[in-house]
Amino acid sequence: MDTPTLRSPQHRVSRTAVWYWAARAALGWLVVIAAQVFWLVMDDENALPVTTHVAALVVTAVVAVAHVTVMPQWRYRVHRWEATSAAVFTQSGWFKQEWRIAPVSRIQTVDSERGPLEQLFRLANVTVTTASAAGPIKVGGLDRDTAQRLVADLTAAAQATAGDAT
Amino acid sequence: MIDPVVETVWRRLSPRMLVVHPFQEVVRAAPALLGLLVAGSSSGGKGHLWSVAGVGLMVVLGMLRWFTTTYRITPEHVQVRRGLLTRKVLTVPRDRVRTVDVTSHVLHRVLGLARVEVGTGTSERRHEGRLKLDALTAAEAARLRVELLHRSPAASTTASTTAVTVTPPAGSTPAAETELARMRPEWVRFGPFTMSGLVTVGVVAGFVSRLVSEGNVDLGRVGPVRETWRWFSAMSLPLEIATVVLVLVVFVSVASTLGYVLAFGNFRLTRHAEGTLHVTRGLLTTRATTIEERRLRGVEVGEPLLLRAVRGARLAAVTTGLRAAQGAQRGGSMLLPPAPRERAVSVARLVLPRVSSGTPEAAASPVTAGLTAHGPAALRRRFTRAYGVHALVLAALLAAWQWAGLPSWTWLTAAALLPLTALLAADRYRSLGHALTSGYLVTRWGSIVRRRVVLECDGVIGWNIERSFFQRRARLATLTATTAAGKQGYQVRDVDLAEALRLAAASTPGLLDPFIVEARTMSTLSANSM
Repeated sequence: MDTPTLRSPQHRVSRTAVWYWAARAALGWLVVIAAQVFWLVMDDENALPVTTHVAALVVTAVVAVAHVTVMPQWRYRVHRWEATSAAVFTQSGWFKQEWRIAPVSRIQTVDSERGPLEQLFRLANVTVTTASAAGPIKVGGLDRDTAQRLVADLTAAAQATAGDAT
Repeated sequence: MIDPVVETVWRRLSPRMLVVHPFQEVVRAAPALLGLLVAGSSSGGKGHLWSVAGVGLMVVLGMLRWFTTTYRITPEHVQVRRGLLTRKVLTVPRDRVRTVDVTSHVLHRVLGLARVEVGTGTSERRHEGRLKLDALTAAEAARLRVELLHRSPAASTTASTTAVTVTPPAGSTPAAETELARMRPEWVRFGPFTMSGLVTVGVVAGFVSRLVSEGNVDLGRVGPVRETWRWFSAMSLPLEIATVVLVLVVFVSVASTLGYVLAFGNFRLTRHAEGTLHVTRGLLTTRATTIEERRLRGVEVGEPLLLRAVRGARLAAVTTGLRAAQGAQRGGSMLLPPAPRERAVSVARLVLPRVSSGTPEAAASPVTAGLTAHGPAALRRRFTRAYGVHALVLAALLAAWQWAGLPSWTWLTAAALLPLTALLAADRYRSLGHALTSGYLVTRWGSIVRRRVVLECDGVIGWNIERSFFQRRARLATLTATTAAGKQGYQVRDVDLAEALRLAAASTPGLLDPFIVEARTMSTLSANSM
């Protein structure tokens, strides 16, 4: 039997990322719920019966709670990454699963970014781009030290190779 | 000989552009002006007056552009300075120049002008990397092309003066060129099958609609139009439909053939000793594209359904620095216009470096080599997807018929087209295939437009492997080879996962090895990767 398959990359992202994803999803849902409440309050002419409003709110709340509790756990399980001296390898997605592999010798830029919410959780994401517009590799939800180390390692390794990486 | 000191002086575009700009604007505003002539200014509304004022403004702006645009070529850079209010300097390092595109429209040719477009490898998706000079004199453009491309590998090492003595004077063709392909009169038979005439129909329709709206022309008052309409509406419905279809087919065929002749007349593909491929074409608008051969990563053989029916194909280059070809004639990466399939195959063999130099003529070329089919799972997926879409359309039409009063013939027609969907799905499966021969990754897909891409393995700079929920159930995957050339990524669709990994591992030896495990761990992997 020699049917090869890809193994998962070695590292998971930071455990804190679960809370970060949950917080980000919760914020998004809060906006939706706030809009619904606003509509309920402003709907003086009763274009929709109050019961419909409340039912919609309940449905939104249930979906929101399910999303905020399940999604981060699930995402934590499927998002993985690995960087060797030769290649960067990531796995992501739950409905559409995706693996991305890029050789370190073809890396053009390594970026690290921290949004306001990510800073709150002391997280960072790293984007590795190659000369192809189709091949950027993104690793999100890394803790700050790991991200810094990854950026330093990859930058050093990429500089060591000659050529313009096309 | 050109003195390097003189080279660094900022130069202007050709002053003849001061004639071109007003003319172009007048042509663009033709419907409004024509309307003014036909209808006169008495027909009410001041729309056309505003149009004329607009034309005047555009002419002035166009002329200002000439005064504000300057360029220079230094030993290291090509620079363009432009802008009236915000001055902008666009700088391209000369060793980043990958392609040079020289285009002359009819008016340009009458005045002996040519537009030069310089393509660089990076940021092709955005337009920042492209540098356009509209326009120089034809001789100047030709000299610039030779200078930029044929000297660029040496530019960093040797002094510019020594290289200049090697390059021939402006306008003349270098002695060391070999012709790889040339237009043949009998290729015109592929013209009607390119469907480029559909664009002409759109242009004519657009012109007429602008004539009506901007020019205030009432079509109902034009004698011939009224006569034709009366004759047309006297017929029965089936006859009307048949007439419309017939007129469209004839018109599109004639327009496509005409378009083919105009766009590809005088087509020539040559190879220069300095390591460039040179494509010239066009009867009225001439276009010359130069591609650096060491940037060529592969070729794409395109076979639209109609062209495939008459055993025709077209060939495009997959190269860094040129946007991927779109349609039959747009895009500078064209290597061969719609032509006999065997011609496309033989030209591909000549162009691909490893094939022409390394292997003997008898060996299989990656363009003709047999492909590995993707198996029954991929076939099932083609059918489920085709029928899925068809069923959705049918359901929507049925719903609209039931509740929105859509006439019943719409969904009846949709239902009658079901066998066609099956044919399409079967053909889409038949097209799917991949191979790895003599250092090239080959992938083929599509039915309406079947494409076969031959990509040099050295040009692959990464892999994406995608598996949707349904693909996982069918044990399939879509493998994307990312590259800096052409469309940036080429897919091998719905291939068995193990086969995809084998292909990727063989194309880029060593890269995937640390991440591949044997099948025994498959069950545990799929369990934890969910």
